[in-house]
Amino acid sequence: MKDVRYIFAIKEALEEEMERDESVFLLGEDVGLAGGSFGASRDLFKKFGPRRVVDTPISEASLTSMAAGAASCGLRPVVEIMFMDFVTCAMDSIVNQIAKMRYMFGNQFSMPIVVRMPEGAGLNAGPQHSQCLEAWFAHVPGLKVVMAANPYDVKGLLKSAIRDDNPVVFIENKTLHAMKGQVPEGADHLIPLGKADVKRQGSDVTVVAVSRLVNEALRAAADLEKEGVSVEVVDLMTVQPWDKEAVFNSVGKTHRLVIAHEATKQFGIGAEVAASVAEEILDELDAPVMRVGAPFVPIHYSLEKVYVPGVEDVKKAVRATLQRA
Amino acid sequence: MGKPSKETMIDFYRRMVRIRRAEEKLMEVFSAGEILGFLHVSIGQEAAPVGVCAHLRDDDYIGTTHRGHGYAIAKGIELKRAMAELFGRRDGYCMGRSGSMHLADLSKGIMGANGIVGGGIPIVAGAGFAAKYKGTDQVAVATFGDGATNQGTFHETLNLASVMNLPVIFLCENNGWAEFSPRPVHAKIENLADRAASYGMPGVIVKNDVIDIYEACGEAVERARKGAGPTLVEVKCDRWYGHYVGDAQKYRGKEKVDEAMAKDCIKEFEARLLKEKILRPADIEKIETDIRSELEEAVNFARQCPYPGPEEMAAGLYV
Repeated sequence: MKDVRYIFAIKEALEEEMERDESVFLLGEDVGLAGGSFGASRDLFKKFGPRRVVDTPISEASLTSMAAGAASCGLRPVVEIMFMDFVTCAMDSIVNQIAKMRYMFGNQFSMPIVVRMPEGAGLNAGPQHSQCLEAWFAHVPGLKVVMAANPYDVKGLLKSAIRDDNPVVFIENKTLHAMKGQVPEGADHLIPLGKADVKRQGSDVTVVAVSRLVNEALRAAADLEKEGVSVEVVDLMTVQPWDKEAVFNSVGKTHRLVIAHEATKQFGIGAEVAASVAEEILDELDAPVMRVGAPFVPIHYSLEKVYVPGVEDVKKAVRATLQRA
Repeated sequence: MGKPSKETMIDFYRRMVRIRRAEEKLMEVFSAGEILGFLHVSIGQEAAPVGVCAHLRDDDYIGTTHRGHGYAIAKGIELKRAMAELFGRRDGYCMGRSGSMHLADLSKGIMGANGIVGGGIPIVAGAGFAAKYKGTDQVAVATFGDGATNQGTFHETLNLASVMNLPVIFLCENNGWAEFSPRPVHAKIENLADRAASYGMPGVIVKNDVIDIYEACGEAVERARKGAGPTLVEVKCDRWYGHYVGDAQKYRGKEKVDEAMAKDCIKEFEARLLKEKILRPADIEKIETDIRSELEEAVNFARQCPYPGPEEMAAGLYV
């Protein structure tokens, strides 16, 4: 183990998988010569050359579909979308093509493609550079959706995503890029997709969270412990398919549930988790489910800090579930 | 690339007739309610698929559109399993999931018809990318209509393929109609091949003649195979039966439709072959009989195939 920043852990994952498998290549705007807008592919252009680290014109729609075509011919592309907001230009590619190609062509081939993108606020970059749109992709059959909360996870999950034969929308968080954490060295660090991780054990309230909000939930749990409240933090890690069993087990233990994400609360992934709990294990609940998410407005440039949900919002939601016995 | 031999010309003729009769059969069973959804036929446009596919190997790639039966047949799809797919049956190429609009057979390099206008163009370029990446001499052919040339993916992909020097042939069948809108509504220029200049690749215009198309595509394929990059080929053709089967074409007028049907790439080629004594009337009869029985067999096969069961609906959604 060594201390590594989140963005460097991504680079390590890319580098190791490219070394391991000749069919893995990187494609995107500024991924080569510039080393990626956030530095995820720094030095990889020098190491692997323009054949495997491919700079493209600013053409999200077509470069993503081009990667899909390459994937159907046996390659394993890793596409970088510079900001998650720009993936809107590639929605036909991801929703109509990539998600469906294997299925609608009768399982003739698989679609081993990873589309990486950073989401979230934190740079005061305004309404078109800060969105969290994971729920859109989680709603589309055929895709997997993965979100990593720290350097250890991002490396292990990205490596698994690259080795997966299904299309994976891999969502990073911009504010986490600089986060440092312990990361195992070597090619064997894999975290299975589809499995949640209980980041902290607790007995009073379950907080299910993703990406940056996992870390906010852990901070909230530490604070609340001082008030005598024991919070269990479950990191979904894979949003689609999500680990229902892990969530249900935790709720079966705590009987109280909060779901936290940075994305807009309305129709976010919290809605799916809450609805599933209501449908299948309602009797386990001792209090209404609370959700933490951003307000239903576009992200505000100068009021970003007010807009973005954080540790205090999680604490407030946890306390609210405890007021209802 | 030399001139096609007499045998090759007879083969072209047979292939065009086979596509025509297959689509006529599809119209018949569609009208009888045996095929679901939408059916888009390419009758009148058989020359392009035959002309281009004559240069392609099984390991070359082609991507088609909602009007793509001709290319799938010319590239070597098996009629029985294709018919079963259009009938929505389990033994179809795509397990009854695709129908006409997404027919694919990757083992023959048929990357699938695409229901999104312009959606398949970058996917096919991706096959070209893969060929270059692997260092093979395979080529990829993206086919599309004039309507698709106003989608962003057309412009983006021509640019991408040119910048990356990919072994791709962009084959535009300009039938003058973007669904229900004529060319002047959707493009200021008459010759869409002119657009190639913006992307630094050759743009070639050919008429709806199988030999002309064969020759133009031969050069484009050769260019791609030897690593000289992509070409845009525009075929000027006519669409006989409207956007979909059942389209009354009121927006077009009977006179214009009759005019289009009077220009028949098969009849014109047939007249030439008869005149040059390459083909005899007896040969035509034999060709027609063989195709008719092949199609009967395909339809009978499709009819007796089972539908997929509900328990198979999600099979293989994820690997």
